[in-house]
Amino acid sequence: MERARIATVWLDGCSGCHMSFLDLDEALLVLADRIELVYSPLVDQKEFPENVDVTLVEGSVSSVEDEEKIRRIRSRTKILVSLGDCAVTSNVPSMRNPLKPEAILRRAYIENVTVQAQIPNQDVPPLLPEARPVHETVKVDVFVPGCPPSAGLIGSVLTELLEGRTPDLAGQVRFG
Amino acid sequence: MSPLSTLTPRVKTLKINGLDVSASEGEKILDVARQNGIQIPTLCQLDGLTSVGACRLCLVEVKGTPKLLPACVTSVEEGMEVTTTSERLVKYRQMILELLFSERNHICSVCVSNGHCDLQGMAQAHGMTHVRFPYLYPQQGVDASHRRYVMDHNRCILCARCVRVCDEIEGAHTWDIQGRGGDAFVITDFNQPWGESQTCTSCGKCVQVCPTGALSEKGKSVAEMTKKREFVPYLTLMREEL
Ligand code: SF4
Ligand code: SF4
Ligand code: SF4
Ligand code: FES
Repeated sequence: MERARIATVWLDGCSGCHMSFLDLDEALLVLADRIELVYSPLVDQKEFPENVDVTLVEGSVSSVEDEEKIRRIRSRTKILVSLGDCAVTSNVPSMRNPLKPEAILRRAYIENVTVQAQIPNQDVPPLLPEARPVHETVKVDVFVPGCPPSAGLIGSVLTELLEGRTPDLAGQVRFG
Repeated sequence: MSPLSTLTPRVKTLKINGLDVSASEGEKILDVARQNGIQIPTLCQLDGLTSVGACRLCLVEVKGTPKLLPACVTSVEEGMEVTTTSERLVKYRQMILELLFSERNHICSVCVSNGHCDLQGMAQAHGMTHVRFPYLYPQQGVDASHRRYVMDHNRCILCARCVRVCDEIEGAHTWDIQGRGGDAFVITDFNQPWGESQTCTSCGKCVQVCPTGALSEKGKSVAEMTKKREFVPYLTLMREEL
């Protein structure tokens, strides 16, 4: 059997959703036989590849770079999964939204700093005006809320997708 | 007609989900449905307080009108035919819940009521996995001026339970709602900090009836705030028996 090409990406999130994925422990070994992890913070691959079957996205769309990334990922992925509250609702990253990005940057890089206070303008991608859920930028196929979703839930979502079924999580998941 | 017959409440007969039921004149569809074992989802309604129809989650279909009617404030009528579940109702209830989430900043993962919240629970019960409407992210304040309690406007769904319990049970009428539509928000006294309120008795009833993490006790951390609600119907009952 050909292995499914799976990717995981990390936008504006805390990596907690990826940690929960790793919490699958020995179940990962079972999964490993059926998937090829083609792109992830866990593998050394710089460029997001073509023809990905399933991509799990952690985090909200917060910066110009996030936006470019998620558009490219969408065009190269068959099934896009919003993994966790940051991707699904914008969650903690959205707490900055009622304020302007300038105010946030000033607070972080000027007001709370004693040495070399300056707002970075190199290597750090500019913030979008607001952090938004993934599905407000691109079409999302499967929503897996939770902060983070449990390892068991992530495992069952992946297994369902590998079996060719679309998981129906209505009533089984909640925000938070 | 004997004088007595004008005093006894008139009986109405109607159908709910095809079931023949009877009710007294003036009774609300919600109560009659519950008496007959039919559950209708509610958020703003709370036993022991007057109903105000603020959340619209209890919408039902009534034959002969294209409008959806809130069951908690709509009185029964003779011959009425009520439907409490249909595809249309499911769709609108989901939409109402999604709109409640998109209107304020409900960030469940860092909420004092995470896991004990009526809004969160209702969303789960209605199969919500995401919000299809754009979030508004309004700038909302937090009033922590009260010695014992905190008001977080980010999590308020304007159900007016606090307003009603304070007025109808405690008799203080500290709370009110100011503004209209999306600009509405709850206030204490004449929109003064809660901690400076002249009318608040610090009884905490508003905190206990609040369905979300909008009102909480100080010192409670994320997911710790559980609420006690049973006292409201009890107090109402005791008062009626006096
Ligand atoms: S949903 Fe929770 S665990 Fe996942 S990235 Fe966001 S904050 Fe972290
Ligand atoms: S604490 Fe008591 S008196 Fe104060 S607002 Fe709440 S219910 Fe009213
Ligand atoms: S503070 Fe709580 S009880 Fe009062 S209107 Fe808002 S959500 Fe309802
Ligand atoms: S419960 Fe009827 S409108 Fe809220």
